[in-house]
Amino acid sequence: MASKKYDLVIKNGRVIDPALGFGKDAYVFIKDGYIKKIVPPSAAVKRELKNFDERQIVDAHDKLVVPGLIDMHVHLREPGYERAETVASGCRAAAAGGFTSLCCMPNTNPCIDNQETVKFVQDRAKSADAHVYVIGAITKNIAGEELSEIGDLFNIGVVAVTDDGHYVQNPEIMRRALEYTKMFDIPVLQHAEDVYLCAGGVMNESFQSTRLGMKGSPAVAEEIAVLRDIALCRFTGGRLHIQHVSTRGAVEAIRKAKQEGVNVTAEACPHHFIFTDDEIAKGFNTNLRVNPPLRTAEDRDAVIEGLIDGTIDCIASDHAPHSEEDKDCEFDLAPAGMIGLETTLGLVKTYLIDKGYLSWADAIRKMTSNPSKILKLERGTLEEGKIADITIIDPDKKWTVDANKFRSKSKNSPYIGWKLSGKVFKTILEGKIVFE
Amino acid sequence: MGNLQSRHLLGLEGVSQEDIMLILKTTDSFREVIERTIKKVPTLRGITVLNLFYEPSTRTRISFELAEKRLSADTINFSTSTSSVKKGESLRDTVQNIEAMKIDMVVVRHSSTGVPYYLTQCMDANIINAGDGAHEHPTQALLDLYTIWKKYGKLDGLRVVLVGDVKHSRVIRSNIWGLKTMGASVALCGPATLLPYEVEEFGCDVYTNIDEALDGADVVNVMRIQLERQQLGMFPSRREYTNLFGINKERLKLLNKNYTIMHPGPMNRGVEITSEVADGKHSVILEQVTNGQAVRMAVLYLLSGRKEEGE
Repeated sequence: MASKKYDLVIKNGRVIDPALGFGKDAYVFIKDGYIKKIVPPSAAVKRELKNFDERQIVDAHDKLVVPGLIDMHVHLREPGYERAETVASGCRAAAAGGFTSLCCMPNTNPCIDNQETVKFVQDRAKSADAHVYVIGAITKNIAGEELSEIGDLFNIGVVAVTDDGHYVQNPEIMRRALEYTKMFDIPVLQHAEDVYLCAGGVMNESFQSTRLGMKGSPAVAEEIAVLRDIALCRFTGGRLHIQHVSTRGAVEAIRKAKQEGVNVTAEACPHHFIFTDDEIAKGFNTNLRVNPPLRTAEDRDAVIEGLIDGTIDCIASDHAPHSEEDKDCEFDLAPAGMIGLETTLGLVKTYLIDKGYLSWADAIRKMTSNPSKILKLERGTLEEGKIADITIIDPDKKWTVDANKFRSKSKNSPYIGWKLSGKVFKTILEGKIVFE
Repeated sequence: MGNLQSRHLLGLEGVSQEDIMLILKTTDSFREVIERTIKKVPTLRGITVLNLFYEPSTRTRISFELAEKRLSADTINFSTSTSSVKKGESLRDTVQNIEAMKIDMVVVRHSSTGVPYYLTQCMDANIINAGDGAHEHPTQALLDLYTIWKKYGKLDGLRVVLVGDVKHSRVIRSNIWGLKTMGASVALCGPATLLPYEVEEFGCDVYTNIDEALDGADVVNVMRIQLERQQLGMFPSRREYTNLFGINKERLKLLNKNYTIMHPGPMNRGVEITSEVADGKHSVILEQVTNGQAVRMAVLYLLSGRKEEGE
């Protein structure tokens, strides 16, 4: 006998919803892709389950039931670079990593600076395993010269703009972007690295770049970029979000700006709270070539402090697929970026939660309600009546990162072979199980 | 004679005193060979050596080639202008194709740091680094060490000044590691814009004033200053570089009595060094070139036939 009142129930799980301040054992009932009710365990609710078919019940005993995770920094590579990733494969990877929503960056080919390309991606995402929020380009062709038709982009569903991969070097253009986006109340996401100071840089500028004789991108390039944009944000009253914060100077600048009440938010990536730049000399692994680069221990510790005290609002992967052919080359000639959708959760558990830096609630907040708030999304909470995007986590499950199991089309991960703790048990998108 | 710890020569960082000493002593016997009328020994007969040059080079390539020929190795040269690199072939494919031709040893020069290491990951041949990016150029440093060692009978306790573009010089980096390992005291000197970030962590004395750097030193190794650096704004003019860092007769007075002048070449006479100094009786610049061949013979000999452990 199957329940008609509900499609699915998650029983025995510990529900964590930072948006609701919820953190108890509860049963989650789902109908037509929405969360119908969440109730604490009771004799009555257990009786109710007798009306359910086995297939309608997910037993989340010893598991965490959290809002579907949101990764606000992902490169899906489609259109243009389908050899590395497609919307479909990227969303499969997202589901496998516990992410039900992701934000895709506009540096495709053609780039996402017009309605047609947004529509193309949205169309591709319709049947995908994750919900895709499209981020539009700040400037036409990501050239940093003229604003894109941001109103057009907003009207078709774009939730933020960025020239990610490129800093908007011209302060006048950045000023106009922060002003113009106020009309739509969307944030400007900035890849904060001064172009001139980073020209030719392939790794962090430190004794490591000195030792290896490689061109460095100095930390001050990020700090200057962040400080300038904070000043513009304060001046214009727009909304600024700093992507992939990687330096102590940037973290401190953002902290101070927040204290002053400037409307700035920030995200950090796992590689910036895990690796330091001395890793590169150990084998010139091109998967460690990333922008901004891996920094020093002092910077890494500052990123962790920023995550702890809330200066950094979000954890994002900056999932950047590149084909094996493109990455198997000289270190300095390799394209920058590493994939991350399928490893972020395990890395957050192993390197932030297990080390005592963040609680589960804090970590989940940075991957659900915080990005949701910044981008004004209708997802990221388990509130009754909301879309049933749910991630069920096996919190202490030990696993080994295996390149052959990646669902991403690319395998450019420096974590292959790593032993992690914490893994997705099931991913539920709009009431349907998309990964288990 | 002993064995080197590694079957490749990728750099001098991490190479032990014993291994460097072994190379220097081995160099002695090959130094004798190249003074003979018949400058050839059968040491590497049947061994095929590839000189894989992704960057233009005249003297290093010729020096290696001569060293190989004098050891009776079969040599082939491969350089970017004649290779398939321009057709878009990856480094791995190029190298694997070459290895399929049964090459035993590869001498590689490339503009990217880490390429010699990369080659060890995609082929079985013994790899000798002939310069990777601004990272290392170990045989150049070894010939510098040999030249100093022959003159003074020691390296330990000598004061060596390396002058020039520290930031972009692989010769300086390899010299730093080698000299420090052998117990010499190393001073670096160059324009502040050409001293890389946190350079003092090499454990050298760092100067921007040439007179302070030269004071009481035994050896001055003068590096070529590349004109392109000026175009990139690293220093205002060649004239100013010469004024501030050029090695001239006047400045030699600051050195210890039995001083030595070195230069890895090619020289910009009148820029980083005056002709008077380059051709003076304390200059060992041409001796370096001769020693370079012998050092390369020693390295080729010591590495040849070395397989992975357990093979």
